[in-house]
Amino acid sequence: MDVQTLTYIIVGATFALYIGIAIWARAGSTKEFYVAGGGVPPVLNGMATAADWMSAASFISLAGIVSFTGSDGSVYLMGWTGGYVLLALCMVPYLRKFGKFTVPDFIGDRYYSNAARIVAVICAIFICFTYIAGQMRGVGVVFSRFLEVEIETGVVIGMAVVFFYAVLGGMKGITYTQVAQYCVLIFAFMVPAIFISVMMTGNLIPQLGFGSEMVDGSGYLLDKLDGLSEELGFGAYTDGRKSTLDVFCITGALMIGTAGLPHVIVRFFTVPKVSDSRISAGWALVFIAIMYTTIPALASFARVNMIETINGPTVQTETGAPSYGTGTSYADAPSWIKNWERTGLIEFNDKNGDGKMFYSGDARNEMKIDRDIMVLANPEIAGLPGWVIALVAAGGLAAALSTSAGLLLVISTSVSHDLMKKTLRPDISDKTELMYARVAAAFGIVFAGYFGINPPGFVAAVVAFAFGLAASSLFPAIIMGIFNKKMNKEGAIAGMVVGLLFTASYIIYFKFVNPAANKPENWMFGISPEGIGTIGMIVNFVTAFVVAKFTAETPIEVQEMVESIRFPKGAGEAHDH
Amino acid sequence: MAFENKEQADGYWKENLSIMLKLLAVWFVVSYGCGILFIEQLNAITFMGFKLGFWFAQQGSMYVFVALIFIYVKKMNDLDKKYNVEE
Repeated sequence: MDVQTLTYIIVGATFALYIGIAIWARAGSTKEFYVAGGGVPPVLNGMATAADWMSAASFISLAGIVSFTGSDGSVYLMGWTGGYVLLALCMVPYLRKFGKFTVPDFIGDRYYSNAARIVAVICAIFICFTYIAGQMRGVGVVFSRFLEVEIETGVVIGMAVVFFYAVLGGMKGITYTQVAQYCVLIFAFMVPAIFISVMMTGNLIPQLGFGSEMVDGSGYLLDKLDGLSEELGFGAYTDGRKSTLDVFCITGALMIGTAGLPHVIVRFFTVPKVSDSRISAGWALVFIAIMYTTIPALASFARVNMIETINGPTVQTETGAPSYGTGTSYADAPSWIKNWERTGLIEFNDKNGDGKMFYSGDARNEMKIDRDIMVLANPEIAGLPGWVIALVAAGGLAAALSTSAGLLLVISTSVSHDLMKKTLRPDISDKTELMYARVAAAFGIVFAGYFGINPPGFVAAVVAFAFGLAASSLFPAIIMGIFNKKMNKEGAIAGMVVGLLFTASYIIYFKFVNPAANKPENWMFGISPEGIGTIGMIVNFVTAFVVAKFTAETPIEVQEMVESIRFPKGAGEAHDH
Repeated sequence: MAFENKEQADGYWKENLSIMLKLLAVWFVVSYGCGILFIEQLNAITFMGFKLGFWFAQQGSMYVFVALIFIYVKKMNDLDKKYNVEE
């Protein structure tokens, strides 16, 4: 069977599975729709959280980013896992004890103010819309490359599937579908990684293979990669090029941003008990770390493979000094190069007219290679069997669909629950509220699909935005709400608004208004727009404390509420009011 | 009030904060310390075929993160029992 038929079969089977689960787990009440009735076992919730968290970007792009940036790519690995420690230790158990449905619920009640609630709703909706646009794009890329349908058709199919199970099933349908999606995506990610690790280093575990010696006797993989990278003018793979302060701030913004993302936080409302929410965060990180510790291994395998395929193998000379490849004939190039050329993600420009391809980081370079192809093309580069390639396509789709569904749920909850029920029309019935939730989810899907088909040029830039905003607005408000009884509504609102404005204006200036000036010498203290959320968070905290000092004290009943969320007893299920 | 008295409530919260801060200190040291601030010094050391700083940044810190959450869960569950505030 050819690769395309296999891809149709595997992708078709996984889609049928997701839809089957959605029909089995459809939601009947707002509580089931918002928090799956609060009855999800912690391990399954951890798995669903991991699928929710690992997006098309994690699955498709992250190994490519690490592969192309080496040590600098560590900011994403640490940033997107370390945030779970903050979540587990500082937020999850307390928010679960608080026991409502959403992040704006907590901020609105804790700061006894609808203004605070609305600021939080705006942040939540903005973050989710930013994120979801990129997911549908991932769906489109996978469809167009592996099933050879138009990107538009791919996006519409993806929209239809997500619509079906998110709108019908709400959180309950999403959670159980995400468990299945996690299994698909992790299997799809690990199989090629293990294959390649065995082929290159003889080690079954990619995390260890990455530090092993090559089976062809050319020494340690990472030493070889450092040698290749330096020879080709990229600089050693294991050395960083960004400034230490910038790396510090980017890692900080990603970690704190992770802990402030509404679609992640809301997952921990779905477990039955406070102690379950703690362990559930642990399981989520275990399931995420399986993939995230494999990513850097895969990144370095793929880097060596790709360079040696294009430039020709490195040969060990008799003196012991390696002799590097000088290019391979374009006419005999493997089929993956030609396949990806058609999508425009690989370009070859024979500058010296010798008919050979050569890839480097200096003037000799003749190739343009988009880093987003690394994971998708990796099985082909390594010459793995057709079913592995098909599996990777299904895994990429699982990652994109599971994250889209989680984000849609937050969008629909924010509209139906936080805006309609709690602010604009408090008298609506459960049934009407559910109807609003479904309409909002449908609207969200159409919006995401539109941007999937007509991708804005700034998808990568807006990711910095989403994390920066979460770090500088929601995170400090939640932390102060739990750990500082005296923080009042004036302080919290001022902090959120100032933190948000500071971060947003810095990012908008460098990313949209004056992108030409986006260089280290123009940045404040050399901190890039990706890292500015860390400073935004500090600005938020300082503003909040100063304002709180000069305004009225927090009412006594709110202080008592804060006391009561600090211990687990009497949590009960997530409840309405 | 789930606690017998104010001292109990304050004691529980104090111990809770102490567990949290100790674990966060480890979190900070492995990621920001070993993986970022002192990465170059640690890169002089080789560990299982890796430069040590690079290993912390791309592998080690994540293993420690997972361990930290499970230690936290264990310690907090014990603390809940000690003060009789478990569910």
